[in-house]
Amino acid sequence: MKMLINVAETVVADALRGMAAAHPELTVDVENRVIVRRDAPVDDKVGLVSGGGSGHEPLHGGFVGRGMLSAACPGEVFTSPVPDQMVRAAAAVDSGKGVLFIVKNYTGDVMNFDMAAELAEDEGIQVAKVLVDDDVAVTDSLYTAGRRGTGATLFVEKIAGAAAEEGMPLERVEALARQVNENSRSFGVALSACSTPAKGSPTFDLPAGQLELGIGIHGEPGRERRPMMTAGEIAEFAVDAILDDMRPRNPVLLLVNGMGATPLLELYGFHAEVTRVLAARDVAVARVLVGNYVTSLDMAGASLTLCQIDEELLRLWDAPVRTPALRWGM
Amino acid sequence: MLDAEFFRRWMTATAAAVDREAERLTELDSPIGDADHGSNLRRGFTAVAAALEKDPPDTPGAVLTLAGRQLISTVGGASGPLYGTLLRRTGKELGEAAEVSEAQFADALRAGVDAVAKLGGAVPGDKTMVDALEPAVAELATSFRAAAEAAARGAEATVPLIARKGRASYLGERSAGHQDPGATSTALLFAALAEAAGDGAEG
Repeated sequence: MKMLINVAETVVADALRGMAAAHPELTVDVENRVIVRRDAPVDDKVGLVSGGGSGHEPLHGGFVGRGMLSAACPGEVFTSPVPDQMVRAAAAVDSGKGVLFIVKNYTGDVMNFDMAAELAEDEGIQVAKVLVDDDVAVTDSLYTAGRRGTGATLFVEKIAGAAAEEGMPLERVEALARQVNENSRSFGVALSACSTPAKGSPTFDLPAGQLELGIGIHGEPGRERRPMMTAGEIAEFAVDAILDDMRPRNPVLLLVNGMGATPLLELYGFHAEVTRVLAARDVAVARVLVGNYVTSLDMAGASLTLCQIDEELLRLWDAPVRTPALRWGM
Repeated sequence: MLDAEFFRRWMTATAAAVDREAERLTELDSPIGDADHGSNLRRGFTAVAAALEKDPPDTPGAVLTLAGRQLISTVGGASGPLYGTLLRRTGKELGEAAEVSEAQFADALRAGVDAVAKLGGAVPGDKTMVDALEPAVAELATSFRAAAEAAARGAEATVPLIARKGRASYLGERSAGHQDPGATSTALLFAALAEAAGDGAEG
């Protein structure tokens, strides 16, 4: 697999150098792998720190900025960052009002953020944690590591970020983040596997004419493989997988997310089908985001995320945001 | 009796084994994980070997706690905290003695394995490193060689299992038929232990 890189060993550091060059409004510590808002710590504001393996860009570094994350910690490709990064980030953004860790539910991320929380508290930083686990494709929570954190991470980071920007206390920001996660569900499909720079070839073998249903964002195969379906059929399958788990009574935020290698032409066509299916199922859509936001390197495919909202969540969603990957209202 | 030099040899031998086997570990991690176990552990144990060479601690406990801290700070993922905790906890149990007996080491390692099981929540049969750790620590009183063989058998025995912890668990039944990469690297750790003891070089 050809890749636009120098060598596999330096892909994360190289990308961080590029982030630094492109975004002077961020402080990018390439050596210690922390991306921080340049104006941090902001007085009297809860700090928001997230992080995870690289390969999901723009998540999380692309969501650092006003109205969203205070800092992000990128790990190696598909590998959780280490506690040292998170402690450094927490110290950089804490104004004394505490720090919220936003953690996607993967074994490694959970362990490293838990260790970091203990270390940060030893340094006198008040830390709260919220776990994102929105992926309905993981059906058996008793015999697995539990539902994975995917697209809902964007909703949690945006809404908690707006709440923190308004000066809400840590307990309130944490409660809102938890509410967003509890009201969110996701489902993803892959048309091709992704290739990690370290391996250089696809992480699993997906024959031509087949797709994977219920994939994660780390190149792991899904729960089920089927002959290729049309965009309309995939939309029906994904929407119904979500609605089987959560039947929204309120309007929803909708994220139609590309996995990295699916052209926007296809993604918008898919979105048209999703819109049709949601209307047929009487689900009202309040806001829509279509694009590549929570990716899996060069995987082709898409995921859907629905978040049931109320007036406060919608107000916080609409609040101004200025980050490399998400910006409106300012 | 085992001194700090023995434990440094163990860590150096592990670093060499992980470096040698990194591609195989990554291959095993492809179908049921995310194809990086070898490169992540190589980064960690390379850092361990460098730290031990730069500023060699003079007690067994200090060697292992330093190694554990290095792994936690450099590996990431789940294997960083898990292997880091295994070595750090074992090191802490060894205390500040300049030399420890093999029985003391076996007790300390038992505490390290328990800490790993607690952190990861895995039990034998979940298709994780615990499937190699448990039989290895049970055989440690016999000999390091026996422990290494037990770990290797434990790793091979993960092939038919369905994963219940970690990323492979998302695959459900599709995780069966593959050897667990974490149990495989654990077997390397114990093969290196036997090697450090001059107790049979290859695991």
